[in-house]
Amino acid sequence: MGKTLSEKILSAKSGVDASAGDIVVSPVDLVFVQDTTGPLTVRQFKAGRKQTLAAPDRTALFIDHAAPSPNRQLSNDHMFLREFAAESGCLLFDAGSGVCHQLVAEKLANPGDVIVGADSHTVTAGGLGAFATGMGSSDIAVAMSLGKTWFRVPESFRVAVTGNFSKWVEAKDLIIYLIGLIGADGATYKALEFGGEAVDRMPVSQRLTIANMAVEAGAKVGIFPSDHITRDFLKKQGRADKYKALQPDRDAAYERQIDIEANRLEPMVSQPHTVDNTAPARTLSNIKINQVFIGTCTNGRLEDIAVASHILKNRKKHPSVRLLVCPASGRVLTDAMNLGYIKTIIEAGGVILPPGCAACLGLHQGVLGDGEVCLSTANRNFKGRMGNPEGLIYLASTATAAASAITGRITDPREALS
Amino acid sequence: MGAVLKGRAFKFGNDVSTDLIIAGKYAHLRSNLPELAKHVMEDASPDFAKKVKPGDFIVGGSNFGLGSSREHAPLVIKMAGVSAVLAKSFARIFFRNAINQGLPVLICDTDRIVEGDKLEVSLDEGVIKNVTKKEQYTFTKIPPAMLSILNEGGLIPYINKYGDFKI
Repeated sequence: MGKTLSEKILSAKSGVDASAGDIVVSPVDLVFVQDTTGPLTVRQFKAGRKQTLAAPDRTALFIDHAAPSPNRQLSNDHMFLREFAAESGCLLFDAGSGVCHQLVAEKLANPGDVIVGADSHTVTAGGLGAFATGMGSSDIAVAMSLGKTWFRVPESFRVAVTGNFSKWVEAKDLIIYLIGLIGADGATYKALEFGGEAVDRMPVSQRLTIANMAVEAGAKVGIFPSDHITRDFLKKQGRADKYKALQPDRDAAYERQIDIEANRLEPMVSQPHTVDNTAPARTLSNIKINQVFIGTCTNGRLEDIAVASHILKNRKKHPSVRLLVCPASGRVLTDAMNLGYIKTIIEAGGVILPPGCAACLGLHQGVLGDGEVCLSTANRNFKGRMGNPEGLIYLASTATAAASAITGRITDPREALS
Repeated sequence: MGAVLKGRAFKFGNDVSTDLIIAGKYAHLRSNLPELAKHVMEDASPDFAKKVKPGDFIVGGSNFGLGSSREHAPLVIKMAGVSAVLAKSFARIFFRNAINQGLPVLICDTDRIVEGDKLEVSLDEGVIKNVTKKEQYTFTKIPPAMLSILNEGGLIPYINKYGDFKI
């Protein structure tokens, strides 16, 4: 019997011929924490008997969730993390570097890697063909110290995408549609493995967007093959030597096959308060919005800033909307500046936030007021997510968010821009 | 573990997210756990923290604990004295985090359980007695690899004892 991508990676790493359902102990190629999960992870690490990192150069600490710090307590947490980085010798990415998952994709993740992070959106690196998953602080503390962790090899759902995306329809619409189809627990404990002709043509930026939200269907990983597009991406990042081709076997066993025709997809929105509460954007044009947030590990890449800039060029945001734009990394910000995108967005009335998680999880830089509506390109719209249980969060693509910023209500970008 | 857990049921619905268990906006309290724990379940049930007593149970529907990887979620539930969480299904990371913190998480049909029911749970026998309703339910066995971690009181004590994964 052939193997899925997950079975292949976990077999290669663990040295055991692993199939879905098996328990394996696997070495990890990268382990990381961020500033809201890091302090507990470090304390759990220090509660362990072994006080040294298994691989300091493959252990990373990101200060991104509340960075620069909005208050004294978090500033003290940041100090604690910086001290740990200095004493342990691990990698440190401080405030302004960007969102951990974007930096992992730019600098650290490689096809075939096993990656664990103390953040649920660690799955993002699946867009590069890594088996990447989020864990809690205790698991990550042990992975930091032992350089390995245990996994139950997941059963896989094969998501085959055929055809071509229509103009102004992209990866975000696909993943919101898929989560609406299978539900927020539709893939719990499973691997969502993507393939098909539309995936074979899909840029890494969009693969990362889809992999990022696999966890919103409960999946352990969202994983893509590694192919010439992956190779070109790694080359651009100066890591051409890290490329390896990775495809599932033709006779791999899947628990479920889901076929999606890209041509039939349309701009989609997740409505409050769950990601699987989905509807086409065109059906929500009566929803007025107070804030548009473009950014995050889901949609804060250069390609997203380019879409936002293109749509906002020579236009103005609606007067009653706050338009927040946060490039996902320092490099994205620099590139976007050099390409003129930032100027365009500012001229349209946008506010540029420093690279990081920004408004996504309600700690700073865009907390919602009571009853306020935000249209966000992030991945999560749970009650209270953006700092206020009385806030209402809708999720959509960058194109939908930018078009809606102009009209002041949820807007199908195909209507606004045709 | 041998013990029989006894307490009252606090009933919640489906899709109780980690933001409902402990809101992200309290991230600044994560290095001050006693303060953080005062906000357990706050956005789902504002007076839960005041009403819960040691031994009580949180009873959810499907997909309990979805969302963030924050281990503070099971941690504050445990700090509130909750002896176990019962749900029809759990989100993956929450389930593993709870075991790693030594908090029993039990998969069972929770439809018949309502707020205030008195429950007795025998982890060894795999049985939940609803004393109020005079009914009995079974729960899905915790996988052996995770049970051995739970029995040591969590992952860190487990690794400190064995030095490695014994699975």
